[in-house]
Amino acid sequence: MSKMLRYSSLTKKYIMALAGFLLMVFLLIHLGINLFIIPFTENHQDIFRDGVHFMTTNPLIKIMEIFLFGGFLVHILIGIILQLRNWMARPVRYAKSNHSQGSFFSKYMIYTGVVILIFLIIHLGNFYFVKLGLTEAPEGMSRVADDHDFYNMAINLFSNKIYSGIYIVLFILMGFHLNHAFQSAFQSLGLNHSKYTPFIKAVGDFYSIVVPLGFILIPLYFIIYY
Amino acid sequence: MNIKLKVWRQKSAKEKGKFVKYTLENASPEMSFLEMLDALNTKLILQGDDPVAFEHDCREGICGCCSLYINGRPHGPGEKTTTCELHMRSFKEGKTIVIEPWRSRGFPVLKDLIVDRHAFDKILIAGGFISNEAGTAQDANSILIRKDKADEAFDSAVCIGCAACVAACKNASAMLFVSAKVSQFALLQQGKVEAKQRVQAMVRKMDELGFGNCTNTYACEAECPKGISVTNIARMNREFFGARIGTQKS
Amino acid sequence: MIKLDSKIPEGPLTEKWTNYRSSHKLVNPANKKKLDIILVGTGLAGSAAASSLGELGYNVKVFCFQDTPRRAHSVAAQGGINAAKNYKHDGDSVYRLFYDMIKGGDYRAREANVYRAAEVSNATIDQLTAQGVPFAREYGGALDNRSFGGVQVSRTFYAKGQTGQQCLLGAYSGLLRQIGKGTVTMYSRREMLELVVIDGKARGIITRNLVTGELERHSGHAVVLATGGYGTIYYLSTLAVNSNGSAAWAAYKKGAFFGNPSFVQIHPSSIPVLNDYQSKLTLMSESLRNDGRVWVPKKKGDKRPANDIPEDERDYYLERRYPAYGNLVPRDVGSRAAKERCDAGYGVGDTGLAVNLDFKDAIDKQGKKAIENKYGNLFEMYEKTTGINSYEEPMRIYPAGHYTMGGLWVDYNLMTTIPGLFAIGESNFSDHGANRLGASSLMQCAGDGYFIIPNTITSYLADEIRTPRIPVDKPEFEEAQKTVQEKIHKLLTINGSQTVTSFHKRLGKILWDYCGMTRNEAGLKKAMGMVEELEQEFWRDVKVPATANELNQELEKAGRVADFFELAKLLVTDALNRKESCGAHFREESQTETGEAKRDDRNYSYVTAWEYNGENKPPLMHKEDLKFENVEVKERSYK
Repeated sequence: MSKMLRYSSLTKKYIMALAGFLLMVFLLIHLGINLFIIPFTENHQDIFRDGVHFMTTNPLIKIMEIFLFGGFLVHILIGIILQLRNWMARPVRYAKSNHSQGSFFSKYMIYTGVVILIFLIIHLGNFYFVKLGLTEAPEGMSRVADDHDFYNMAINLFSNKIYSGIYIVLFILMGFHLNHAFQSAFQSLGLNHSKYTPFIKAVGDFYSIVVPLGFILIPLYFIIYY
Repeated sequence: MNIKLKVWRQKSAKEKGKFVKYTLENASPEMSFLEMLDALNTKLILQGDDPVAFEHDCREGICGCCSLYINGRPHGPGEKTTTCELHMRSFKEGKTIVIEPWRSRGFPVLKDLIVDRHAFDKILIAGGFISNEAGTAQDANSILIRKDKADEAFDSAVCIGCAACVAACKNASAMLFVSAKVSQFALLQQGKVEAKQRVQAMVRKMDELGFGNCTNTYACEAECPKGISVTNIARMNREFFGARIGTQKS
Repeated sequence: MIKLDSKIPEGPLTEKWTNYRSSHKLVNPANKKKLDIILVGTGLAGSAAASSLGELGYNVKVFCFQDTPRRAHSVAAQGGINAAKNYKHDGDSVYRLFYDMIKGGDYRAREANVYRAAEVSNATIDQLTAQGVPFAREYGGALDNRSFGGVQVSRTFYAKGQTGQQCLLGAYSGLLRQIGKGTVTMYSRREMLELVVIDGKARGIITRNLVTGELERHSGHAVVLATGGYGTIYYLSTLAVNSNGSAAWAAYKKGAFFGNPSFVQIHPSSIPVLNDYQSKLTLMSESLRNDGRVWVPKKKGDKRPANDIPEDERDYYLERRYPAYGNLVPRDVGSRAAKERCDAGYGVGDTGLAVNLDFKDAIDKQGKKAIENKYGNLFEMYEKTTGINSYEEPMRIYPAGHYTMGGLWVDYNLMTTIPGLFAIGESNFSDHGANRLGASSLMQCAGDGYFIIPNTITSYLADEIRTPRIPVDKPEFEEAQKTVQEKIHKLLTINGSQTVTSFHKRLGKILWDYCGMTRNEAGLKKAMGMVEELEQEFWRDVKVPATANELNQELEKAGRVADFFELAKLLVTDALNRKESCGAHFREESQTETGEAKRDDRNYSYVTAWEYNGENKPPLMHKEDLKFENVEVKERSYK
């Protein structure tokens, strides 16, 4: 921790970006499995369960999980350290708020980030901690570690309209976060090129719209069909 | 035109400051912003008041003296413009113009709208040079440099050190300034010998002086009166990690 | 009375500097550390000198009134820097550069100094390039050159329209490196207000800390002034508004002679005066005349928009009068020609004090892109100031006060008549005679700073190694500080009813009208009376607010303007004395039938060096006769 503080600002940004990339890849995989909650194929439940099974039992994934948690932790911690330093860099604020052009979403990264963090904790409480046996599974559902019933747990949660609503809002904010994050991570890693950066930005826009939209489709499906 | 102003007044670094409202009658849209302030000061002096202190010198956009955070933007409205090049025709009559000094931990206010930008010199002292002593240079044409590289280096080198980038940045980060100098030398053959030490020393000094971190918001680029690009920041990121990875443990 | 001795080394012109360098006395490295050098001003000359003196191991103290050395007005030089590299293989040589400068200066400069300036120009380009100055390059990777300022070879190195900025930043980076190494101590936001002379030698300065208002004493074994020119004496000029002549003036009053004060260059292409509150005239680089054509309407008072005036109703007066050089005539010639047309009633714009600089032909021929590549930033600058897009319609330009060839008189060592006081760059009078050619100012500044002063000051300091550090409690420091205090006190207690700037404006107007582009005896005498009167009014009725013990910009200005009044009188005195026309100094009494300048070599082939003779007493004139052994003195014709 104290070592992390002593890293140069550039190193911190570099770690931030690398961790961010890891999280973005994870999000993509997560979405890939989640989408099978929606019954667009007949055996969607089986695929979902197989996916969950693979992700929770495969030893390689277990190892990856350590990195993933590390990634989360580092991304959050460094994000906060950077933000505190940034606030300290301007002890006297301007009276007139800034009107400069610039990446709009970047101005709110800490706020969208904090919202995502809060959701993450709830989300972990709902699913991951159940798997670990730290929290009780909802009534009538299995909490045996290798046979947890994430499918029904999810159905259970999404049938709650308030939860679904919050979930949707969250992913819109996540989209904002990702929109800046994607191209920003390339910049932090020093990858900015007159020829390729416009393409990266387009991919970032695509990613930040499609991925959250994918997640949003699930509660939307429940709101519409239940 | 009649002009309403709200100006930051602060007697000295130690004293507390406050906003003071002024009105200026009979200003002309053809006045430059600083000439408008000249007119205000003439009025204040003749009234027996203390004129507003602001920094300025060349009044043609190249010395980097003028600053001023005008209506929420460093150097006021207008693309690639310094305050001295700004004219009153860019403002609507009747609306109050708010003028503040640059705000950053690295730049304490000395008086009214004048801040101390000495921190920039300190960063450059740490490594913003090529160690070539007078009389030791070889013939200038003995090193050929690709025209596109030379042009790019020039684009980085046009920085006037006004610090609008820091003023605009929500994090008061000096990345654009530092990266422009790092880039200029990284792009030229002459600068490569010391490139690794240079970027590390300059980044270390920048952090030490309390500037914020870059969050790739790019307000710096939008406000830079010389149009210096954030690709310089990316280049510095590259240079820095290349240097960190590529140097021996000391 | 001191006899002027220019101390030019013996021997043939081409060998003087080489001989000098290999024979002057040296100071060993251990002794250098014990020698303090005070250096005032951080433009190209000052920064270059500071870094090279630091590199040699001297203990250097550098002063500037801005917040950082990089702000000095060298930063605004646009067009380029000359060197006799002959990279274009167009027949250039050190001699040719020397010859062009001597001729361009209308044979009023000292041969040996000019030759040396040309000689070190090549090393300067090497040095700046090695420091990372991004000069323009060709596709092959070699440095590019352009033709500039009325010469027939391409010897000008450039970095778009920001050559001065790039050169200054190069020198500044070297200076910063020395600050980091501890050989140079930087004192920014300090203004030199007085020179301290002890036992006839320059030993220190009194500065005012511009933030706290505190007066400070600094001592050294030698003092170098690199404080630039005094062009802001005209109030409106192309100079930075804080540029001033006060340091040089303090030196003059302490016994340094002032050389050729009336030689002031009026630059032909600046954005014209548009209104009464204007504080500054923005220069439009001379390089624009490579492609732009200067014209006025043939009809008097023709107020049609420029684009509506047909070709055959336009008077391309430079091409008409000077067919050989056309639009590329030197600055003094171009300025006077513009004034002549405007005075005759052919000027354009609301004031009638402007001429057109038209790029239409160039754009038609080369394409807009090519013109944009060459002059993009200048067109932008012009549009920002005037709101006019000059790709569509001609620029309007008019001459403006720009550069002062005059300055402190120095010998070959760049030392003034006060031993131990040196003057480099624009602050001395030495290299440009009566008119400076384009792109030779950066060249002189860098050459003085990097290559000349390190040698000549060493030669002087070799005799100072036995002098211990000079204590600042000597009575001379006491007295100098008192003088400064009294002046400040006086300025603050008048509490009159007019601002400093209003006086400065009026002074500028008098000089511009009577001692500007053209001068005549009656006008100059009138100007003298007017300046004296205005000066008295100033000391009676100026209003300087606030106190001495704080950041007080009005007080700073007041001190500078007070000095300008005195300098103005010297300027007029010098102009009165020189009854010939030469270079930028055009005496209406001395012109040819076609209105060209008529030089009088028989009576005026000398440099005037004025000696201060006490308050309210006329200064004493000394003459340094100019000998031309290596060039044939000819009439300077551009026809």
